[in-house]
Amino acid sequence: MYSDTVLEHFNNPRNVGFIPDADGVGLIGSSICGDMIKIFVKIKDNRIEDVKFQTFGCGAAIATSSMITEMVKGKTIEEAREVTNEMVAEALGGLPPGKMHCSNLAADAMHKALDEYEGRVPHKSRAPLFKKGEGVRGGRGEIPSEEMERKPES
Amino acid sequence: MDHAATTPVHPIVLEAMLPYFSKNFGNPSGIYPVALEARKALDDARSTVAEVLGCGPGEVVFTSGGTESDNAALRGAAFALKGKGNHIVTSSIEHKAVLNTCHSLEEFGFKVTHLPVDRYGLVSIYDLEKAINSKTILVSIMVANNEIGTIEPVAGFVKLVKEKAGGKDIVFHTDAVQCPGALDLDVNKLGVDMLSLSAHKFQGPKGVGILYIRDGTPFATQQTGGAQEGNRRAGTENVAGIVGTATALRMVAEGRESNSQHCQRLRDRLIKGILSQIKDTRLNGHRTLRLPNNVNISFQYIEGESILLNLDLLGIAASSGSACASEAEEPSHVLIALGLPPEVAYGSLRFSLGSANSEKDIDYVLSVLPSIVERLRAMSPLASTNE
Repeated sequence: MYSDTVLEHFNNPRNVGFIPDADGVGLIGSSICGDMIKIFVKIKDNRIEDVKFQTFGCGAAIATSSMITEMVKGKTIEEAREVTNEMVAEALGGLPPGKMHCSNLAADAMHKALDEYEGRVPHKSRAPLFKKGEGVRGGRGEIPSEEMERKPES
Repeated sequence: MDHAATTPVHPIVLEAMLPYFSKNFGNPSGIYPVALEARKALDDARSTVAEVLGCGPGEVVFTSGGTESDNAALRGAAFALKGKGNHIVTSSIEHKAVLNTCHSLEEFGFKVTHLPVDRYGLVSIYDLEKAINSKTILVSIMVANNEIGTIEPVAGFVKLVKEKAGGKDIVFHTDAVQCPGALDLDVNKLGVDMLSLSAHKFQGPKGVGILYIRDGTPFATQQTGGAQEGNRRAGTENVAGIVGTATALRMVAEGRESNSQHCQRLRDRLIKGILSQIKDTRLNGHRTLRLPNNVNISFQYIEGESILLNLDLLGIAASSGSACASEAEEPSHVLIALGLPPEVAYGSLRFSLGSANSEKDIDYVLSVLPSIVERLRAMSPLASTNE
């Protein structure tokens, strides 16, 4: 059902984990859909210096998460913003039709992380979707002073 | 380890079927010798099934599968009794073949009560008693659940319903699709009026089902046409499939006790192994009132398909939710009915064991599963290890 590239990324996912001092965190997905993707970005000189992901979901969700981190690492913010969910799916050699919507959200999560870095999204977007034992706060937690520091340099 | 989804056709079953595709190709309704061959095979198959179910041959109807049996039973009883009432009682953990048929009957003016289940998946007899009213014409509660394996005390439910009905007609149907090979299918011990079975669940062919209809049960034929199956299901009989079904049912009934014991031993080993070796896991369903071959476990913080995919790469077949629902991308309605939050329901796996499985298989699963779960949890934003 999955392409070899999907299975390869699923088995050896790149850039798993979280960035403690991330400049932006993007969280997407819902418990109704069964997939949840969290992308962390570290920005330096307008480039994505580091990117990591944490994903709860099916094989496609994990593979797309892994693939997006490979696709945008080292790219400028503008270049990364050009990457779409469809491009991720294509890079993976396609996804089964049923997986194109629910599980192909990694690029959206990455865009949300950039939104947060650029100050387009308020802090509350990082609130956990799940109530208990989730540790979704992961990275920088909810310390207001850090929140201030995350504003983009002008 | 996905025997609840389907099973391979047994070689003996296949052999029994083959002549009816070629040499004995006749139409059982014909008058030629070759047709009489087919007619005899059909009659013999019906007698065999009747023997296993403890009923008369005239009470056995062959269908195209468990789904058709459920459809025919519910629609057949509901429309036959339309003048007497419009209320149907079922449980919230039925197979979709029952739930969606009930849903469809609502469009024809029937009212449906879905009984809740407790956290083990058991329907309460008090809830059933409360649900029955003067308009109730039909009750459908499964003998055993396909996802979590919980065995409902159907015989007691039937007794209650018949008492409450007094002299009126309240038809009791049960979906027993998961039961051959595990439980006694004697319809008189169960007391039910109608019972559904599916051949491919017990090493028979796909595309054949059985519907038992007790003599005197109100039934409006749903598939109309010729007079086959005692005017209850029109269409030329699937002779080869029916012969295979009867052969398989007899074999599975004869091997029931040894198969149950074998599966149950493996089941308990697997359950104990998973729960003791992997933390934040939960057994879904009842510990003892449980199909001997069913193991259903929730692994918190991770999603079922990703576990399945890993198992599949290591040559282990299992299922997340029921096999038919896995394309639907919705959490299992059965697990939600138990009260599990959606993200936990998503992280659930079903192993269903068969006679071909051995202790070695169980130990193999137990040797690979902990590291699979650990690897996926390390990736999950929900896992507490991230804190």
